[in-house]
Amino acid sequence: MLKIRNLDAGYGKLRVLKNISLHVKGGEIVTMIGANGAGKTTLLHTIIGLIKPTRGEIRFLDHANGRTSVGRIVASGCALVPEGRQVFAPMSVEENLLLGGYVLQKEQGRAAVLKELEHQYELFPILRERRRQLAGTLSGGEQQMLAMGRALMSKPKLVMMDEPSTGLAPLIVRDIFLIIRRLREEGNTVLLIEQNAKAALGVADRGYVLEVGKVILQGPAADLLANSDVQRAYLGREKIG
Amino acid sequence: MAYWEPERECMAREDLEQLQLERLQSTLYRVGTHVPFYKKRFDQLKFNYDDIRTLDDLRRLPFTEKQDLRDNYPYGLFAVPLRDVVRVHSSSGTSGQATVVGYTRNDIKIWSNLVARVITAAGVTKNDVIQIAFGYGLFTGGFGLHYGAELIGASVIPISAGNTKRQIQIMQDFKTTALVCTPSYALVMADAMMEMGINPNGLSLRFGLFGGEPWSEAMRQEIHQKLGIIATDNYGLSEVMGPGVSGECQECNGLHINEDHFLLEILDPVTLEPVPEGEIGELVITTLTKEAFPMVRYRTRDLTRFIAEPCPCGRTLKRMQRVMGRTDDMLIIKGVNVFPVQIEKVLFEVEGTEPHYQIVVERENHADKITVLVEVVESIFFDEMKKQRQVIERIKSRLASELGVGVDVKLVEEKTLERSEGKAKRVIDKRKL
Repeated sequence: MLKIRNLDAGYGKLRVLKNISLHVKGGEIVTMIGANGAGKTTLLHTIIGLIKPTRGEIRFLDHANGRTSVGRIVASGCALVPEGRQVFAPMSVEENLLLGGYVLQKEQGRAAVLKELEHQYELFPILRERRRQLAGTLSGGEQQMLAMGRALMSKPKLVMMDEPSTGLAPLIVRDIFLIIRRLREEGNTVLLIEQNAKAALGVADRGYVLEVGKVILQGPAADLLANSDVQRAYLGREKIG
Repeated sequence: MAYWEPERECMAREDLEQLQLERLQSTLYRVGTHVPFYKKRFDQLKFNYDDIRTLDDLRRLPFTEKQDLRDNYPYGLFAVPLRDVVRVHSSSGTSGQATVVGYTRNDIKIWSNLVARVITAAGVTKNDVIQIAFGYGLFTGGFGLHYGAELIGASVIPISAGNTKRQIQIMQDFKTTALVCTPSYALVMADAMMEMGINPNGLSLRFGLFGGEPWSEAMRQEIHQKLGIIATDNYGLSEVMGPGVSGECQECNGLHINEDHFLLEILDPVTLEPVPEGEIGELVITTLTKEAFPMVRYRTRDLTRFIAEPCPCGRTLKRMQRVMGRTDDMLIIKGVNVFPVQIEKVLFEVEGTEPHYQIVVERENHADKITVLVEVVESIFFDEMKKQRQVIERIKSRLASELGVGVDVKLVEEKTLERSEGKAKRVIDKRKL
């Protein structure tokens, strides 16, 4: 579904991503773990078109993404759940969700949007309860669910999530990961970026470890969980000896 | 047709290459940062990781030789601290100082999995009783096959090598269905069975998985005839992992390479440039997933060639021909690389010849000259001159097209060429260079 080869990207003269290659197949949850500043968010922003790559190739469903506008990329079926939720605070929950259905409405009409809205309410019952409430008044966890629901409203082929667990209470984090698992069961494809390596590798099929802009390790999530470097650097296992 | 990991073994080439590139890039980064030996070399080259943009870019990097492993004895090439290593194997050291390799928990898991692929491709399932007559211990053969066989759920008899009578006794009593050993040991067992008055057809044996040494098609047929089993070849070497690098499916026509874990090149042993697709050369291996002991461009000294045609078994993993000898066996005749195994192949195809031959190389008037001495069956040797000449001409023309240089052929009577225990002396080089 998504294939990236030798990608370089950054801000001005600052090179953040250095020769990154990765792929995501349909129906997979792939996670990219790494510390702050490793380049995780930059990667997502480059895939969705917010940043233009300086080198390399991004292919999404066999379209080249590199030079395309964000609008086109979203319309082709790629959605981003941004870090820190970024919900529209002064708008109601339902208005936020409907905004996410903008592309769907243009392509398939109002009925499709309402059907998808219903689907999101099934996935996130709490959002139905809060449908009339202003998004800014939601708790952190609810806002995260709203951000996810909003992205899913476009019925994307690939959902990219930027640190969905950041700043949430452990119980809520568990709920969020349960929902991600459910998304896969419904046939979605997810590229998940996380600092919470343990939870992310627990839910993912495969993973990549990003360190200062480079992929240093990749493989099945279970293998990465068992890798000592990953355990020491990201899973907080104490150094022995 | 059974596969162990169909999603990998039957992968589309494009997806495989993407995976290989990702794994190559992270492997090179890891060895360059974790292993002082590689770091030093990469620094000297002013090698930039970003220059690896295609699989072919690997060619910018230097080779790793057996001597490098010796120089870094014991743990110098390990890419992880010893506390992460759960197993250590070592080569015998009969030809120089011993070498040491290590495995993390993940390495063992992947190794078992790759051997499981090879065993499954050979036809073995969890219903089989598998007798592993490879040595257990520092040698990788026994444990490598053992873990893979356990993983598929076969009943494993870890008998190890040696004590032929006991092997046969157990084979009979335990109703062994699959035998793992070297091909020559399979023939030793077959002969011992004859002596013990045991009819191999009365045994439960169905499969033989052979490796650990080069063997020929003639040996395969001999094993097949004497033991009545499907004999498949599998390949591996401790320096890159052990058994599980590649293995034959039941088509018995070349070994499927586990390309998602190993990147193989076949190079001209002299120029060290890639040979044209399908031609014989030296196998050079780069590991793509090893954690404890990654290898970059390891020169195996083994001779083989790639088989590009798709295999009827459905696996898309490329095949290599069974190892046809060592680079040390190679001759350079009038600037052309000639491998004794090519000559063997031609002789094997010509009717009336025996699998015994000798290659004599001389230099006359500054020109290289090869004479192939071939044993032929009695009926041809005592036949009229005309018929003999026909056989000679047939061999000559077949050899010329196979080798690319002209050779002389002489027929000799059966059992006149010297027989040797173990490795036969095939080449007599009389040139004084």
